[in-house]
Amino acid sequence: MSDADPLLSARGLSKIFPGVKALDKVDFALSRGEVCALMGENGAGKSTLIKLLTGVYRKDEGRIFLEGREIEPRSPIDAQMLGISTVYQEVNLIPALSVAENIALGRQPVRFGRIQWKKVARNAEQALSRLDIRIDVQQPLGSYSIAIQQMVAIARALDLSAAILILDEPTSSLDAAEVARLFAVMRRLKEQGLGIIFITHFIDQVYQISDRIAVLRNGRMMGNFAAASLSRVELIAAMLGKELRELENTSLRKNGAAPDAENKPFITIRNMGKKGACEPFDLDIRKGEILGLAGLLGSGRTELARLLFGIDRADQGSVTVNNDPCAIRSPRQSIALGFGFCPENRKEAGCIDELTVRENIVLALQAKKGWLHTLSRAAQQEIAGGYIKALSIATPDAEQKIKNLSGGNQQKAIIARWLAADPRFLILDEPTRGIDVGAKVEIQKLILSLSEKGMSILFISAELSEVVRCSHRIAVMRDRAKITELYGDEIHEEGILRAIAQQKAV
Amino acid sequence: MKNREGKRKHSDSSLRLLWPLAALALILIYDLIFTPHFFTIVIKDGHLFGSLIDILNRSAPLCLIAIGMTLVIATAGIDISVGSIIAISGAVAAWLIAQAHAPLIAVLCVPCVVSLALGLVNGSLIAYLGIQPIVATLILMVAGRGIAQLITNGQIIVFENKPFEYIANGFLGGLPFTITIVAAMLALALLLSRKTALGLFIESVGCNPEASRYAGINAGRVKLLAYAFCGLCAGIAGLIVASNIKAADSNNAGYLLELDAILAVVIGGTTLSGGKFSLVGAIIGALIIQSLTTTILTQGIPVEVTRVVKALVVVAVFLLQSENFRQAIGASFARRAA
Repeated sequence: MSDADPLLSARGLSKIFPGVKALDKVDFALSRGEVCALMGENGAGKSTLIKLLTGVYRKDEGRIFLEGREIEPRSPIDAQMLGISTVYQEVNLIPALSVAENIALGRQPVRFGRIQWKKVARNAEQALSRLDIRIDVQQPLGSYSIAIQQMVAIARALDLSAAILILDEPTSSLDAAEVARLFAVMRRLKEQGLGIIFITHFIDQVYQISDRIAVLRNGRMMGNFAAASLSRVELIAAMLGKELRELENTSLRKNGAAPDAENKPFITIRNMGKKGACEPFDLDIRKGEILGLAGLLGSGRTELARLLFGIDRADQGSVTVNNDPCAIRSPRQSIALGFGFCPENRKEAGCIDELTVRENIVLALQAKKGWLHTLSRAAQQEIAGGYIKALSIATPDAEQKIKNLSGGNQQKAIIARWLAADPRFLILDEPTRGIDVGAKVEIQKLILSLSEKGMSILFISAELSEVVRCSHRIAVMRDRAKITELYGDEIHEEGILRAIAQQKAV
Repeated sequence: MKNREGKRKHSDSSLRLLWPLAALALILIYDLIFTPHFFTIVIKDGHLFGSLIDILNRSAPLCLIAIGMTLVIATAGIDISVGSIIAISGAVAAWLIAQAHAPLIAVLCVPCVVSLALGLVNGSLIAYLGIQPIVATLILMVAGRGIAQLITNGQIIVFENKPFEYIANGFLGGLPFTITIVAAMLALALLLSRKTALGLFIESVGCNPEASRYAGINAGRVKLLAYAFCGLCAGIAGLIVASNIKAADSNNAGYLLELDAILAVVIGGTTLSGGKFSLVGAIIGALIIQSLTTTILTQGIPVEVTRVVKALVVVAVFLLQSENFRQAIGASFARRAA
């Protein structure tokens, strides 16, 4: 805080929501040409701080200064005019419009009352070339991968001659090469004097790119540290407010149990596939087994899960459960077989925003029972209350609308929905994505304890270390095909990477 | 803490009804001051008469279709064919009485079954063929009055049938029988949606169909049920309308009533984007619309002005419901006070 003229500073910011003090007298500072990582658990107040800075919320207390001058952003547009641009975790652009239109939206160059489409396209290309991306800007945004869409969102933000760029989990859907590319861009912008606030859950990335690390916990600022002088252990301890030893103990509960030859698979899948989505694959699932599914972004992990759960219909293949052949054509059918599926995009496919946490949790169970076998209000409250406690979902009460919860707690509520339905086989697609370290460990622990109780789990994650830590067996995917399975000693990160690389060489 | 939570829960559900209720109260207070004898209720032959009773009686068809419409709108749909279903239901009933001389039980049941079937057709088009609700029900809205005219041979069928006339003109326990019908249908709808999980499924499907599908909810069947129920409500409303005028008028029965019903639902706090719904709110909305009409008529205001006044009141209700508006008003008061 010795900097005399920080680019952006905040003093004593507070924000109160019904029942929660989301931010409590938080101080924050960002200098020119600096990347500051904002770290904290779910519900620590990262999103709230960003939303106060960008005018999405109004602060209840405190002051914000931009280059020493007090500002009071009233809306995101207001903040953009001041030079504070934000790229959110979920891409907030319009998929049906072209890339160029998305970048130009709201500020199209106009001459004589007409939009200059050529200039729109040229501007878009320029903005993207700054990020070293060359794509056809006339194509609809929706036809590109989420990674590209994210880059377009950044290009749009940069196009606004920003002084401050806020990146809210920009890397959670990017693969390693894209992350490297993004970081190159961030370094270039840094040299140009931009201040960048970077929110992420990937600790490695924090150390790769950040100059400073600000840590929030329970709405309080735990400190604004120089990245070089803060060890990882100290960082995690600051975020969690507990000793790291505890954390390591839980994550070291490595599952050495080798696949039991005696334990016959109860679900066997043969030659299941769908053109354009996933090449035909075989898969066996044993009782109480955690089957990891690893692969790079776009390798077909989610596509495979969608076929298994009947969201997309396979155009070939067979499924037997306990030796009975069965058809999986819809989620309802697979739920009837005792399957459950926690989707990766919880915003679109998980949460029912307007409903309460209680209603969200009992939904799958109630759907399974049918509308005539209604769970009584008391039973619903008991189930919801039980899971809120068991998964320590941070919510004032079960009657809170789920949209008011932080991302990680929403995720836990969706997992609770499936646990309540008591499946035999649970598919978890990126259950820890966009979730802080503490909640990650909790969810990993949960997965292990579920498998001990006999539930079979398909665990999909982009984080290799996580898959390695939890799985009994790992299926590796590449280019929309299952390429191999790893057992016992083969289960380590290197083994997965080698499996992917080996196949690539062929 | 416990106490506070309880309070918040309580206010969450009833707060949405507060503003429609306030609007209704305002209209009634206006009447209390400016309309003589508005609140007078007299007993003749053991039956109650008066403006308030009249409002309840006359609003019955609107209330019925508002109940059905609420469930449909909650699924993020809309049904603009209910006016036509009213005409068809009335035409079928009149034909059964006047031409087929059918027994009363058939006169009551067949139109309801037909309406239910029409609702199922609407629902199938939407749930299984994926046609947009407004387009799917537009088909029946346009075609329905033609069908009704085919049934009545293009004429207004006038009939006399004492038992059937009882529906709209009879009294039960001193009150018009129509009130009993509305109360029964409201009770049925509340029972179905609040005592079973159907209400949860409807809200879930209306709010996020994708996530509902993942959770194993049969969204198609939920929608089908909502449209079928909406059709049934319209069918019963058709019986009331026909019974009231002792005739089937295919051109005018329930004409544009679907728009009033949509209005009633929205005034009642259910948003057109689907999700959370309030059946009681829709009833209050229907009563607001009817009180307004009755007030305007008893005030002797020219009919041409009626729609304008209605529009103004509706705008006022929506402004009251809008959180942004209330905040803006609150802020400007606070500024003035400071």
